[in-house]
Amino acid sequence: MKNKTSFPPQEGEARPSRCPDNSAFKQQKLPAWKPQLTIATVLSSFFLTGAFCLLVGVCLILSANSVREIQIDYSDKCSECSKLRENSSNWNKECHCSINFALKEGILGDVFMYYGLQNFYQNHRRYVISRSDAQLLGRNANIQKSYCAPFTTYRNGTPMAPCGAIANSMFNDTIDLFYNLNSSVIQVPLLKTGNSWWTDKNVKFRNPESYNLSSAFAGTARPPYWQKPVYLLDEEDERNNGYINDDFIIWMRVSAFATFRNLYRRVKRIRQFADGLPAGNYTFRISYNFPVTKFKGRKHVILSTVVWSGGSNPFLGIAYVVTGTAATLAGFVITAIHLKLRKKKTYFQK
Amino acid sequence: MADPIRWARYRWQRLISTEGGEGSSSSNSSNKCYQSSKTLGKHRIVIPCLGHFKEEYEKVSKLYMNNKIRTTKYTLLNFLPRNLFEQFHRVANLYFLFLVVLNWIPLVEAFQKEITMLPLIAVLTIIAVKDGLEDYSKYKMDKQINNLLTKVYSRKEKKYIDECWKNVNVGDFIRLSRNEIIPADMVLLYSSDLDGICYIDTAGLDGETNLKQRQVVRGYSEQVSEIDPEKFSSRIECESPNNDLSRFRGFVEHSNKDRVGLSKENLLLRGCTVRNTEAVVGIVVYAGHETKAMLNNSGPHYKRSKLERKVNTDILWCVLLLILMCLTGAIGHGVWLNRYSEIPFFNIPEPDGKSIPPALAGFNMFWTMIILLQVLIPISLYVSIEIVKLGQIYLIQNDIDFYHEKTDSTIQCRALNIAEDLGQIQYIFSDKTGTLTENKMVFRRCSIAGQEYCHEENAKRLESYQELDSEDEDSAHRQCGSSTHMLKQQGFNCGAVNEPLNRKSLNELSGSYPALGREDGAGDAPRSGHVAFSSPIETDVVPDTQLLEKFSQISSHSYQQSEEGSSESSLETMYVADFFLALAICNTVVVSVPNQPRQKMRLSSLGRMPLKSLEEIRQMFQRLSVRRLSSSPAPSVKESSPESPNSFVSKLSIFRMKLASPALDGAAQRAAEPHDTESPENSQVPQELDMVNVAAGCEDSSAASSIELSPLSKLCYEAESPDEAALVHAARAYKCILQSRTPDQVTVDFAGLGSLTFQLLHILPFDSVRKRMSVVVRHPVSGKVVVYTKGADSVMMDLLRTASEGTNNSEMEQKKIKERTQKHLDDYARRGLRTLCMAKKVMSDAEYAEWLNHHFLAETSIDNREELLLESAIKLETQLTLLGATGIEDRLQEGVPDTIQALRKAGIKIWMLTGDKRETAVNIAYACKLLEPDDRIFTLKSQSRDACALVMSKILEGIQKNTSAEKKPSQKLGNVSASPSTQAPGFSAGLVIDGRTLEHVLHDSLQNMFLELTEKCRAVICCQATPLQKSVLVRLVRSKLKAMTLAIGDGANDVSMIQVADTGVGISGQEGMQAVMASDFAISQFRHLRKLLLVHGHWCNTRLTNMVLYFFYKNVAYVNLLFWYQFFCGFSGTSMTDYWILILFNLLFTSVPPIIYGVLDKDVSAEILLQLPQLYMMSQKSVAYLPSAFWITLLDAFYQSLVCFFVPYFTYYGSDIDIFSFGNPINTAALFIILFHLLIECKSVTWIHAAVVAGSILLYFVFALAFGATCKTHSPPPNPYWVMEKHMMDPVFYLVCLLTTCVALLPRCVSVLQGTLCPSPVLRAKHLDRLTPGEQREAVKRWRDDCAVNCRAEFQAASGSPRSPTGAVPGEESVASVPPTSKTPFQALESVLYYFFLALETPGSPAPALPRGRTCLFHF
Repeated sequence: MKNKTSFPPQEGEARPSRCPDNSAFKQQKLPAWKPQLTIATVLSSFFLTGAFCLLVGVCLILSANSVREIQIDYSDKCSECSKLRENSSNWNKECHCSINFALKEGILGDVFMYYGLQNFYQNHRRYVISRSDAQLLGRNANIQKSYCAPFTTYRNGTPMAPCGAIANSMFNDTIDLFYNLNSSVIQVPLLKTGNSWWTDKNVKFRNPESYNLSSAFAGTARPPYWQKPVYLLDEEDERNNGYINDDFIIWMRVSAFATFRNLYRRVKRIRQFADGLPAGNYTFRISYNFPVTKFKGRKHVILSTVVWSGGSNPFLGIAYVVTGTAATLAGFVITAIHLKLRKKKTYFQK
Repeated sequence: MADPIRWARYRWQRLISTEGGEGSSSSNSSNKCYQSSKTLGKHRIVIPCLGHFKEEYEKVSKLYMNNKIRTTKYTLLNFLPRNLFEQFHRVANLYFLFLVVLNWIPLVEAFQKEITMLPLIAVLTIIAVKDGLEDYSKYKMDKQINNLLTKVYSRKEKKYIDECWKNVNVGDFIRLSRNEIIPADMVLLYSSDLDGICYIDTAGLDGETNLKQRQVVRGYSEQVSEIDPEKFSSRIECESPNNDLSRFRGFVEHSNKDRVGLSKENLLLRGCTVRNTEAVVGIVVYAGHETKAMLNNSGPHYKRSKLERKVNTDILWCVLLLILMCLTGAIGHGVWLNRYSEIPFFNIPEPDGKSIPPALAGFNMFWTMIILLQVLIPISLYVSIEIVKLGQIYLIQNDIDFYHEKTDSTIQCRALNIAEDLGQIQYIFSDKTGTLTENKMVFRRCSIAGQEYCHEENAKRLESYQELDSEDEDSAHRQCGSSTHMLKQQGFNCGAVNEPLNRKSLNELSGSYPALGREDGAGDAPRSGHVAFSSPIETDVVPDTQLLEKFSQISSHSYQQSEEGSSESSLETMYVADFFLALAICNTVVVSVPNQPRQKMRLSSLGRMPLKSLEEIRQMFQRLSVRRLSSSPAPSVKESSPESPNSFVSKLSIFRMKLASPALDGAAQRAAEPHDTESPENSQVPQELDMVNVAAGCEDSSAASSIELSPLSKLCYEAESPDEAALVHAARAYKCILQSRTPDQVTVDFAGLGSLTFQLLHILPFDSVRKRMSVVVRHPVSGKVVVYTKGADSVMMDLLRTASEGTNNSEMEQKKIKERTQKHLDDYARRGLRTLCMAKKVMSDAEYAEWLNHHFLAETSIDNREELLLESAIKLETQLTLLGATGIEDRLQEGVPDTIQALRKAGIKIWMLTGDKRETAVNIAYACKLLEPDDRIFTLKSQSRDACALVMSKILEGIQKNTSAEKKPSQKLGNVSASPSTQAPGFSAGLVIDGRTLEHVLHDSLQNMFLELTEKCRAVICCQATPLQKSVLVRLVRSKLKAMTLAIGDGANDVSMIQVADTGVGISGQEGMQAVMASDFAISQFRHLRKLLLVHGHWCNTRLTNMVLYFFYKNVAYVNLLFWYQFFCGFSGTSMTDYWILILFNLLFTSVPPIIYGVLDKDVSAEILLQLPQLYMMSQKSVAYLPSAFWITLLDAFYQSLVCFFVPYFTYYGSDIDIFSFGNPINTAALFIILFHLLIECKSVTWIHAAVVAGSILLYFVFALAFGATCKTHSPPPNPYWVMEKHMMDPVFYLVCLLTTCVALLPRCVSVLQGTLCPSPVLRAKHLDRLTPGEQREAVKRWRDDCAVNCRAEFQAASGSPRSPTGAVPGEESVASVPPTSKTPFQALESVLYYFFLALETPGSPAPALPRGRTCLFHF
């Protein structure tokens, strides 16, 4: 056509057409994945899920069952001590009590000793924040500005080290374990370090820099509930004293629930205890300092082993088994009905 | 002649005195008077900035803005405060501000203070950045515009110097050359054009690219040399700045106190471009923000969508839920505290050592909880909705299907936030002309003097066009567009390269008419539009042989005979001649030659004669007309057409005639007589010769133009309305060719008489009140003043000369003609043609002079000029003689019937509101399938309100009888009109109502009855409706029926209706831009409405609905995790997740996927949506967002949060886990649940979805790991240091997350399965997508055939009836009724399962599996 030959030059000149791009995105024609349900995919997904869940569940239950655990509530057994502690004026009076128990079988492997508290709301909002991480890092932090109030300073202005309610309320019972072997009493060797997270011990908690600890904490005072200052938490081991004391670090990691346990000691596997705790009679000797009756709480001491899936709580395993069973059953039901109805297909078809 | 001036001045003073209060006391000629009145009154005085006015100028100019513009909202300094101030006008932001403030109260503080501010700051920042960027781009634009250069007269240098636009002041003289943009509103004082005309195009203002004429102020136009600003000693007085583009009133007062009126014809508007005119000079009257263009510049408007309103109510529910949860927390905390007789360790006492009582602690805890659970109120929802809407709009605008090639236009979304309303439209109010029809007027029939001429040949031609048309025009138009463009680009200059244009494209070029007033248009507001090219179908008219024969008899001889009214036949030929003259003259068409500019055309013809002599003549003429009366039409020498030398002779004769102005001298006619004697000679010249002359004239400059070009096609007609163009083209077909038109004269090349030049005395433009226009000319042959009037038959018939004075023969004849013409008119209307009547009136000079006096008074008055002009026009247009009538066809736009049918099937009711006659309207309604042949049409036409009520009640009764007879009582709920005709053809009814009856019906007392009636009709057609009535109707339906309305129109008369409707759609067609400006969406074709509503409306609605629901779900699910934890921490407001992660969870990790989901999700493909309009009802009735959907979503959220919290809880119960180690798996699982939930909800997952979800997960882990590794001390004291790292090495963590996610999402998965079992229509449609095209067609057809009926009925019953507000048919019922053979419950269950498996096995074809349309279609 004549026009066609004569017009292209002008078309080039013409302003760009307002015609939108014909791209997949702009025309909303991007390839899309639309899940397709067929009997094969539905059934196989049911069975696969079921099998997987069952497998995991069984593993979890088995491993949870292999955990040996002994839990002793000593809040009633040390009733005298607990009564003594109800009156806060007796704070400096010592009180000890012993609890005997027998192990019919030995607990093999690494044995962990926990103290457990019930009804202690460590997760209370204002309790949780009542600490100064800067102070615990050994910095000369202004704790007045921190969330430590009202456990920041004494009236005379001496700052508390460490400050805050968490530190102040630190669990201060001491628990020792004795093994009664043929009327002789052997103290079970316990490890008090290495119980906390490595990062906590080595990064998050630092003592102030100084030639020795007592000078590092000079000018500070212990929290009101404490019996001794922070630099005397472990007089035997310099690397477990002050803020980097394992018991302190573990206490500072506030628990998620009102009923919780904290790792206290590990059995040192030497001599008789190289394989764990052998069967026999044992005694806990407890220096009872921590009052729990005030908040209707209870205290426990727990001996337990640990597996990859955590402690002795079988919930996760059961949950997996239940889920797996349900999925498998559903798969079977679907198959059954499918098989049954397949024969009847003609019956429905119009 | 001085009287009118005095009168005008008197009025002016009266005006000042009433407004200024003091003006009357001072002397009217004193400057002080003007000064004081100026400051107080509403007029402005413009004084040139030159020496002799200096003092005054300085006083005045201070009061006016200069030309600097600033469209930005903010400055650098006030940006922050002002933006914040504006943002805090939103309730949501205030709420969050409240939370922030709350957090500063130590007693209730929940988070670290800074963290609570984070979401607010994020939201404020995002919006501020958006506002800032917008403003910055405006600023850059302003700067660019302000610094444009223009030539301003400088007093110092005595010449025009370059100045920035911003330095232009009121009173400056500005000189512009061709193609320059006008910097400010100015009064035109000089144009290099000989006629004192300046052409401008208003593309920059309103998008119209056709040329418009502006005129130099009277009294300056005859100046030969350029105006000298130094000598300009007049002052200009005009109205205060206003935004009415179509109005400008004022006058120039010369130093001798003479006044010359100013009108919009004298005003050059800022932003327009000077075209075709070498140089113009003007004086600035409005500058900067006071210019009309700027005053008209209102930004995009905001409407609130229905969905948004619903979201707001749901947010209120969320607030209630929040309060409930907080109350629980408060009471719980109080109770918990009560358990302790003394303060436990962990309850930290106040600084003074005491603890607060439990009740007060509980009260404080309430506020703490509000801060903690704040996320429940989704602040981010508002921001997300905004973003999603932007995305949706972006996609709509980029839809290639909305691209219209002919006009190179695509959809424009002017309202950004009501896209989802498109999915819920229940009523469409449509204009007819230009909306349903092409607005391409094709001359079809005419009736002259009571004799009809059918134009059979023309009809045949049109028929043959029907087929060729589409492709042919397509290609033709493309070429056409580029060729005009080329013309523009190359500057219309003299030596323009001439393209060997073929005839066709030339034809198309000729007659681009962006229109002004239309028959039912609302006046002459300048609108704009894209240039519409007339297609050959409009310009080519095949003459009727019979008429042609009669036409050929016309000679000047017979003409003269007929003037004396002698013989019957000659009388008829006279009618014919006058009829065609009226067609050619009675309009405002601008004539140009396509391949060369008007201006040049004239010069080239001048070039062939000694220019000097012309100049001499001109000067001589000026000398002669020493005192030209402004009342008399200002004649000047016009070399207006490329005539042959002999026409120059005729020019001279006109000259003579003009020398003797008719108002002065009665001898004018005699003076014109030489011309009369000349004409017969002319007529004897064979036609062909005449035309060759024309062609030759053109060839001078267009050497390359091919011989085959028809000389006729060389003329371009630029008409204001398509009707006009059609008539002019029709006249041209009969060789009555409009040759040229200048403000003072019209030249018509009349076959039998040769070239006739009419002195144009007046044009009374069209307006919607009069519904007619008139042209007053002096007939060159008879020399008498003749008025040609063209208008709607309804008004014209009343204006005709009545046969009162006896039984005169001609009077009788007149009466007969009138009757016959009326019959023809009715017939035309029945055929759907647009009708116009032509009439004429011969006036004596005395009559004319008398009228002229009155008219002049009207013209010079400033204030109620419009009314006076109207009065004056009415005075003139009486006692007319009917010449004949025309029938113009306006063809339906492409795809209109299909679109209407589809929209109808989608459950949308369509009303047609038009200003046209009833017959025309009904006819079009049939043509576009708005009415079906077997519909029963009820016509409402009554004179009184009572009668109207009676008729309506009768109709209602009739309909009810039908309904009850043919419909089962149980189905009463079903909408009669919506039921497809297949079901019960008996009661599909249409209602036709005219404007006069509409007035009665819209009265309060009848409104309800009328609406009841309309609900029963499948279509309502309102004819002869005024723009106001249109908007009242829309408002009525909107408010009374609570329906979503959409108004669509293309002209100014639709603006009010477009503004009133929920959604206004403008058609950017040939009628200018006003409708588009007022609209929310502008499309170029009516058929685009189909995809806009059915596809984009559906998509936008479902997308946004789903996203909003998802947002609610997300927030509730997440916040509830925190809430559950309160039960285990003594309701103390602890969060087991770090605050940073908590806040960022909503802000970062889960914010983008829902937005992507809201923009891109696609439940059903566009093809299916178009094929099955029934699916539209899903979004129309907002099935996805029923109140139940909201609560189901919340329930699901509760369930998921329970699972998400308690699985980890029981897993870690009693262990030595710390807070954040417990929170971490919960949070991680929540992330997975929330994101996978989205993927399940997504109907189509593209790589974008996948990437965004994967990115979110990745971001979460990266952030958690990085934060866990670095946060030794930041964040409030407790921090999740190393928690994530520790967990990543713990298999239990993974197992917990996996189980939690699976169990939480199980119900969703099941619901997906259930959807397969009892699919909703949308789901079924989705399945159709998977089929092969062939199968798909089958399935769609089957669905359409039998399911659609039931779907619709059930659907309406379900969603409309109070019985089942959830929209779901009770499952058991419907399932039991599925297979007719299975009656027992067991069998029913079996069958359900059976269908389920069938659906599983053949995933794509649920349609055959489902029993015909009666299943539980509406299950979710």
